[in-house]
Amino acid sequence: MDKHITVPFDRSVSESLKAGDYIYLSGTVYVARDAAHKRMTEALEKGEDLPFDIKDQTIYYMGPSPAREGRVIGSAGPTTASRMDKYAPRLMDLGQTGMIGKGKRTEAVKDAMIRNGVTYFAAVGGAGALLSKCITASEVIAYDDLGTEAVRKLTVHDFPVIVVMDCHGNSLY
Amino acid sequence: MREVQVETIRDAIEEMCISVCHELSDDMKQCLYKAYDTETSDIGKKILGQLKENLDIAKEEMIPICQDTGMAVIFLKVGQDVHLMGGDIKDAVNEGVRRGYTKGYLRKSVVADPIERVNTKDNTPAVIHYEIVPGDKVTVTLAPKGFGSENMSRVFMLKPADGIEGVKNAILTAVKDAGPNACPPMVVGVGVGGTFEKCALMAKEALTRPAGVHSDIKYVKDLEEEMLTKINELDIGPAGLGGVTTAFAVNINTYPTHIAGLPVAVNICCHVNRHITKEI
Ligand code: SF4
Repeated sequence: MDKHITVPFDRSVSESLKAGDYIYLSGTVYVARDAAHKRMTEALEKGEDLPFDIKDQTIYYMGPSPAREGRVIGSAGPTTASRMDKYAPRLMDLGQTGMIGKGKRTEAVKDAMIRNGVTYFAAVGGAGALLSKCITASEVIAYDDLGTEAVRKLTVHDFPVIVVMDCHGNSLY
Repeated sequence: MREVQVETIRDAIEEMCISVCHELSDDMKQCLYKAYDTETSDIGKKILGQLKENLDIAKEEMIPICQDTGMAVIFLKVGQDVHLMGGDIKDAVNEGVRRGYTKGYLRKSVVADPIERVNTKDNTPAVIHYEIVPGDKVTVTLAPKGFGSENMSRVFMLKPADGIEGVKNAILTAVKDAGPNACPPMVVGVGVGGTFEKCALMAKEALTRPAGVHSDIKYVKDLEEEMLTKINELDIGPAGLGGVTTAFAVNINTYPTHIAGLPVAVNICCHVNRHITKEI
């Protein structure tokens, strides 16, 4: 079923989504991949704050190519989510409600999704040019030194994703 | 002896980096168009439609087809009658990559050390494979490799008794394990024979062979066709969400091997199988 959803969303919205739903996301998502997840986890271990308030937020696992002059962002498709599996449950326990990536996840991630009512969406891998057209603003908000792996805040409009794992334990993979 | 300036090679590589990340070769485009017509799953067709649109946008608006513009893999075949002039060839190749990735707004995805992991910020160094061949030409093949699919690649050191069934099993195992992570539809490069490193290199080079062009060896050609059919029966499908389009091509290269071994390498590539060749 095709649905339009506003991000961020809370647990009750997440619980209404089912594996197989085709969703257009509009609103704000945060971008973080391998190095940023490692650093966010280290920050938590030291008792420091995350670079953004993670409650009800969706994290897009992505590292864009550089923007040409006058453009918002470069190519911007998903990266393989399993590399974030080591870090993701902790962030879900802090209130994250959505993840966007591609590929299978571990049992620990699935458990954390069920425990916290989190939805995992897949964007189409290798469609970075098309997906970039749905991003209307992009701002680096932390870890600038990580280059393409910095934490970004994106504004998206009708960003196409598919619910591949819902918070009720169903998976399309 | 023909003299070739290394800066000619540098400039060619710069230009190739930019073009290959924005437009796929005709063989790869045809595979996608054909699959769009034949795919039977609704979601699969929808995804293939997005991938077609993605290629159009990439080319028209000069946005890389995929944000992972890869680590630059370069096959340099240098004729034995060529004299390379004007500097160190390795530096010239890396300078071409540096310029291409910087001027082309391509992603810098290389870290200087696998453990310390500090980004080199210009996508160098490239992985360069040199070969000396007859003649007085230099053939440069550039194949930037994304790591979603690279990470799903495998080497199997089989025993001679495993035979062709073992090879088939190895290919199917690697493809099944890769599943959605490798951004299917995939291209599967296979190396059979040689040694541990030789089979991996053959698998990589097999990915640069145009889709639809088969091995000259009869049984290998048959194997390529049989494997493509079997892989497309796995129902992995576009983006791993089911369908009859799991792979566009299976390209297999072979080499003599030792009496005691049967090495098999499976290098998985995604639908963004970028390769471009230029003769200088
Ligand atoms: S596997 Fe290929 S299509 Fe997928 S993200 Fe990597 S380079 Fe892009």
